[in-house]
Amino acid sequence: MTQRTSPERGVREPTTTAAAAATAVTGGIGDSARRPDGTLKVRGEFAYSSDLWHEDMLWGATLRSPHPYARILSVDLTEALRTPGVHAVLTHEDVPGENIYGLEHADQPVLAVDVVRYQGEPVAVVAADHPETAQRAAKRIRVEYEPLEPVTDMVAAARGEGPPLHPDGNVVRHLRIRKGDAEATADVMVVGEYEVGMQDQAFLGPESGLAVPAEDGGVDLYVATQWLHVDQRQVARALGLPLAKVRLTLAGVGGAFGGREDLSMQVHACMLALRTGRPVKMVYNRQESFFGHVHRHPAKIYYEHGATRDGDLVYVRAKIYLDGGAYASSTTAVVANAATLGVGPYTVDNVAIDCWGVYTNNPPCGAMRGFGAVQAAFGYESQMDELARRLGVDPVELRIRNAIAEGDTMPTGQLVDSAAPVAELLRRVKNLPLPPAVRTEPVDVRELPGGVSNTTHGEGVVRGVGYGVGIKNVCFSEGFDDYSTARLRLQVIGGEATALIHTAAAEIGQGLVTIKQQIVRSELGVERVTVQPMDTSVGNGGSTSASRQTYMTGGAVRQVCHTVRERVLRMAGRRVGRAPDGLALAGGKVVDARGEVVADLAEVLGDEAVEATEVYRHRPTHRVDPERGQGNAHVQYAFAAHRAVVDVDVELGLVRVVQLDCAQDVGRAVNPQAVLGQIHGGSAQGLGLAVMEEIQVVDGRVRNPSFTDYLIPTILDMPPMTVDVLELADPHAPYGLRGVGEPPTISSTPAIVAAIRAATGRALNRVPVRPEHITGT
Amino acid sequence: MRVTVTVNGERREADDVWEGESLLHVLRERLGLPGSKNACEQGECGSCTVLMDGLPVCACLVAAGQAQDREVRTVEGLAEGADRLAPVQEAFVEAGAVQCGFCTPGLLVAAHDLIRRAGRPSDVEIREALAGNLCRCTGYEKIMEAVRLAAARTASAELSTEDTP
Ligand code: FES
Ligand code: FES
Repeated sequence: MTQRTSPERGVREPTTTAAAAATAVTGGIGDSARRPDGTLKVRGEFAYSSDLWHEDMLWGATLRSPHPYARILSVDLTEALRTPGVHAVLTHEDVPGENIYGLEHADQPVLAVDVVRYQGEPVAVVAADHPETAQRAAKRIRVEYEPLEPVTDMVAAARGEGPPLHPDGNVVRHLRIRKGDAEATADVMVVGEYEVGMQDQAFLGPESGLAVPAEDGGVDLYVATQWLHVDQRQVARALGLPLAKVRLTLAGVGGAFGGREDLSMQVHACMLALRTGRPVKMVYNRQESFFGHVHRHPAKIYYEHGATRDGDLVYVRAKIYLDGGAYASSTTAVVANAATLGVGPYTVDNVAIDCWGVYTNNPPCGAMRGFGAVQAAFGYESQMDELARRLGVDPVELRIRNAIAEGDTMPTGQLVDSAAPVAELLRRVKNLPLPPAVRTEPVDVRELPGGVSNTTHGEGVVRGVGYGVGIKNVCFSEGFDDYSTARLRLQVIGGEATALIHTAAAEIGQGLVTIKQQIVRSELGVERVTVQPMDTSVGNGGSTSASRQTYMTGGAVRQVCHTVRERVLRMAGRRVGRAPDGLALAGGKVVDARGEVVADLAEVLGDEAVEATEVYRHRPTHRVDPERGQGNAHVQYAFAAHRAVVDVDVELGLVRVVQLDCAQDVGRAVNPQAVLGQIHGGSAQGLGLAVMEEIQVVDGRVRNPSFTDYLIPTILDMPPMTVDVLELADPHAPYGLRGVGEPPTISSTPAIVAAIRAATGRALNRVPVRPEHITGT
Repeated sequence: MRVTVTVNGERREADDVWEGESLLHVLRERLGLPGSKNACEQGECGSCTVLMDGLPVCACLVAAGQAQDREVRTVEGLAEGADRLAPVQEAFVEAGAVQCGFCTPGLLVAAHDLIRRAGRPSDVEIREALAGNLCRCTGYEKIMEAVRLAAARTASAELSTEDTP
């Protein structure tokens, strides 16, 4: 049951003719157009990266370190090479270019040299004619290790204790935010310590791809990734090849959520293909996948909130520690988000936040949906609930009282210069209908905590309701040159004007392919829009992360449509002898200001193809100053609020989330159905972090690398949702839109934990909440 | 070894099958039917769900030899005809139940089987029947919507066929 209201829609819409024309087109902007890949996907015919096949192809496998930290004393390949069916066994000595890569800092070897820094670090790779043969041969590689005492404590690492794991020590980044009076005092003070466990993206399509050696000495790589061009750059460097000889094409991606921003098998498969001269396919299994990608940074967080007796926040002080594990990945950006968004969507005059991202010998952590913001939100929202309890006020009222709004400034001094309807979102989510009370008669155990395990018939079950609200930055921040490229070709195919849209921006399931079609349909008034395969033969599309693609690639597609439209209208003007100014494109025709048809678009085009490429950039951002963390670091802020209703079996500590509702401002819902899909899916991942998902790491070792032991929400765990979508246009963004993907992951976790606290009275300062936290045993 | 199995109504043979291979591997890598997915290969995600002699199974847990002389139906065989979709496939696309789509083939087979068995299942029944199929993208809301829609359409289609003399 979902409802969608947008009463504010249009009120602050920037009035452009494009936007006006947009709403009118079937399958255009604002329509829940169908995915162009939907039919292939339901027929089982969509080619995911693990489905690829090539004549003569070999299978790759990876040998990984069993130790979190060890010196490599020797590597013996003899037996592996002797295995029948094996075509190559490669180590760091065979890396053709530089044996180093990394998203923001190149600090990670493609294959380990003389030390391994995490359990699962790749040491050698094998190519064989059967996947099982490759796996077995990898196991026959003899590596002699000298295990070392691993660095596992993030707080100690931040203090500089323990051996340095990298040349510059174990602090990847320390960011300070200072605003107002450092000595401020308040009537009421709330102090809290919080912990966030290591979450996994758990995308369903395993890491995989196919590398095909090319005649020019280069390689063609078909792979599931979030960012083709950043992969290309890193792969080319490791292979010692010019960019032009490393061509990437996006294969079908089975979800990503941040976990495919870093390289996994890309260089390995290319190395094996170049060495053997044969196509090489690599597919991780689920266990390997847990070692094959970065995870969400676990966090330890200390908060102190000061407020007046009336509930106005006076100050927020925090220390936030984020465990980046063995390699940096996107740790610097995660630190930036946790620190700059560390007080949440509230106005606070006096702020002192210190945030550290560190190296340890734990699994490497990097991007996962909502990064940095997710960890901080669990802390600051828990604090807001505690403060409300201490003041004896309603937690929603306390939030509304302190809610940030347009015109306020962030702790970084950045002005919030577009809609920030935090109070409105809270009011809306609070006003959504509540489910009926705990049902005891008749009992359907399937609707109780524990479900068909039949652990209760309603006795000991207590209902709780909780709220959460969060803030996220959209697009890349801190002065990063963030852009996207789109190429468009308009020509007549089979008698009909057809647009071919080409970008390198990765479709990972979110529906960017649909968005591109919708924009072209609206801007050019053509129905037939073909989405070309995403590859590196067109300019950089930037990362599919940071909720940025509809904004950035959407912006690029809009811009290239405008260029093409201008040219076509000039052609039309010449043809009919009129000034192009008053002409427009609609329904496959050239029309005048009154909507009268002056020419048929297909006739205007004739045999000619109109083609253009455009690059879109968002407004510039800046690095914050190192002393006080002041500066305009972010492009856009996005907000969502959740209400969770839970039933808790307080005797057994079992939780059933009964209902999870959300209100979110999306600026403009380009595809309303896809917007809901993002909110549902993002909320589910927040539910997972709240009550079940954690990679358990003991002494640097992962204890649960399987779907048997790492639990993600099933259809039984995920309750029905009511979603209220607001559309308050951001005048700085294309079509006024606001990034959608991450905010729902941020606020659902604290809302659920708040609901469990309400039901149990327990403090619950760690996620995921486990039964023993509830029962206190 | 050689494995002979009827897949989507067609008798198929796979040669040189190594005895440790699963039915999933044979379908995907030897018979050119990669529609059934491989998200965990340990019976935990349901992305490989197929019907074997009419019953839903995880193809990753079925040894290739166990499928000898059995009837297997995969996602590729749900629709009747190359240019048509089964009601459940149609409903998934329409309702927006497909994002990355990696869970979709398994869910479709499981939902198709549920609707055939239960007609118009209640929400609780749908959740119970699909509890073995993980989806990481959708939060399951649109999947619920799609299954309800497909069940309703199947029921009304059956009614109208009964009506026709
Ligand atoms: S692949 Fe068979 S259950 Fe996951
Ligand atoms: S749609 Fe991606 S896993 Fe279900």
